[in-house]
Amino acid sequence: MMRLQLNARNLDCQHLKGIYFSNIYGMDDYMKTTSLNRRHWLIKYLSDVCKDILKSWKSYLLLSPYAVLFFTFVLLPVIISIYYSFTYYNIIQPAQFKGATNYINLFLVDEIFPIALKNTLIIALVSGPLGYLASLIFAWLINELRPLMRGIMVLIFYAPSISGAAYVIWAVLFSGDAYGYMNGFLMKLNFINEPIQWLTDPKYMMTVVIIVVIWMSLGAGFLAFVAGFQTIDKSLYEAGMVDGIRNRWQELWYITLPSIKPQLMFGAVMSITAAFAVSDVTVQLCGLPSTEYAAHTVVNHLQDYGYVRFEMGYASAIATILFAIMIFTNKFVQWLLKFVGR
Amino acid sequence: MNLRMRLHINKRKPNRSLGGDIGIYAILLCVGAFMVLPLIYAISNAFKPIDELFIFPPRFFVINPSLDNFRDLFVLMNSSWVPFSRYIFNTVFITVAGTTGHVLIASLAAYVLEKHKFPGQRLFFSIVIITLMFSGVVTAIPNYIIMVKLHLIDTYLAIILPALAMPLGLFLMKQFMASVHDSLIESAKIEGAGELGIFFKIVMPMVKPAWLTLIIFSMQSLWNATGGTFIFKEELKTLTYALNQIILGGIARVGIGSAVTLIMMSVPIITFIITQNNIIQTMTSAGVKE
Repeated sequence: MMRLQLNARNLDCQHLKGIYFSNIYGMDDYMKTTSLNRRHWLIKYLSDVCKDILKSWKSYLLLSPYAVLFFTFVLLPVIISIYYSFTYYNIIQPAQFKGATNYINLFLVDEIFPIALKNTLIIALVSGPLGYLASLIFAWLINELRPLMRGIMVLIFYAPSISGAAYVIWAVLFSGDAYGYMNGFLMKLNFINEPIQWLTDPKYMMTVVIIVVIWMSLGAGFLAFVAGFQTIDKSLYEAGMVDGIRNRWQELWYITLPSIKPQLMFGAVMSITAAFAVSDVTVQLCGLPSTEYAAHTVVNHLQDYGYVRFEMGYASAIATILFAIMIFTNKFVQWLLKFVGR
Repeated sequence: MNLRMRLHINKRKPNRSLGGDIGIYAILLCVGAFMVLPLIYAISNAFKPIDELFIFPPRFFVINPSLDNFRDLFVLMNSSWVPFSRYIFNTVFITVAGTTGHVLIASLAAYVLEKHKFPGQRLFFSIVIITLMFSGVVTAIPNYIIMVKLHLIDTYLAIILPALAMPLGLFLMKQFMASVHDSLIESAKIEGAGELGIFFKIVMPMVKPAWLTLIIFSMQSLWNATGGTFIFKEELKTLTYALNQIILGGIARVGIGSAVTLIMMSVPIITFIITQNNIIQTMTSAGVKE
């Protein structure tokens, strides 16, 4: 990209470059080797691309099983959903095209969507960074142990997220009647006289949900961090010690974190995706809908309209908005992570 | 003096204090206890006889452990309409077929994306990553419509085929393949090996930790797949679905439900224990390059 910007002629062709073509098609090579005008250059470029497509038929053949399955079962449903977001679709009758009505209703008429958005942002902003930092800190702390202890601690910390639906146990622990463990414990110590309705009182619901989400958040990102810490070049630490790094906190910020930047990005993507998609936890713990919509996330709102009221078009619009929010947040976080270690 | 200095440096790095180490162990123990709390609760619940399950004030640990719940589960399993082993067979078949297929297909795709050059490879990979972010609830309805059009409802393929295209597997495999040296592949081409030959004989043995990781993640997701939205014939239902029905039995099945939760939880955890080292080794290369 640097070479491209140095030549004023190449500035106009930047919109053609990007993620669409692999780097082997250096456009500046084309500009330099031919002295034709721009239209001829473009035709030559496209014909070369077609020739390369025909030449690498073997690659396409090997890629095709995955590509076909991916397209049919992952990409096509997404495209159909985005199409449905512009229609009114109640699953029983064919979809009727309605333009941007769903989106206009979503932002101007719907009273619950702002509440759902607020709840989701609270959960995402609290449990996302906290879960991410927790994964990072615990991976770092675990890295300081010996291998056997490390294996055991990794298992203990990762077990919540692979145990499937074990989070419903939290519903028992925080149960609202006097049989719940929290209530029983607090009543025995005489902190409270009556059981607290953890899961149905709007004041406490969000706290419980956030605790459970953080409990479950040490997932694939955590494993990536543990692995990343193990592969840092040890000689960097010695060089740092010679250069005057005094304690482990400086070592962390200046040496360790920049060395694992790829894992930081991967963990961020996983963490953001999981934090914005919280829905099963709130339904299993607080019900759908929760009291006064206090634990109603955007995906719950989507489930409400999609599965309860059968307005699939509206639900698809909500999903598309959430998708856009997630992509935007990912780009923002990746920009932030560039500053690690400076 | 030399020997003592060497021993001292081997024991602890110069910028590590003893206080810091003790602090680390204390924090890890506390948070580890918080993490493992519900799981220990699930384990101790499974061994409680019925009278202890309903005791008030509620007790955490079990006083008289017994295998009553498991015995009742066995009796219940024997009285189901479809023989219970059929559920186990369904789940095992789906898991094995789905995992094998996923490892093969995703590895092939990852090999091509990483080691070959062709137009559109980066675009394809970016699309795969982006679709990780779309909510699964909404794509359930189009998924169902596609399954109906393809006549896959009430077959095993309805669960297996989508699992073959898991994006996370492709991502991990591709990142790990970057560590296979190009010179090995070129020398194999010079010796005249075809593409598939190179793939099976050279690349796959070198990325063994990665396909073990793929096996684990794939097994986890397939084991927990209830297939409830696509499968309606009773003979094809999975073990997870049957066990969920038991848990939904409510207050009458609390004891059996705890035993069931324990069994369902322990299979992914045990497979993780067995393959933990390999997973960590794969994750060393899981990263998003800028």
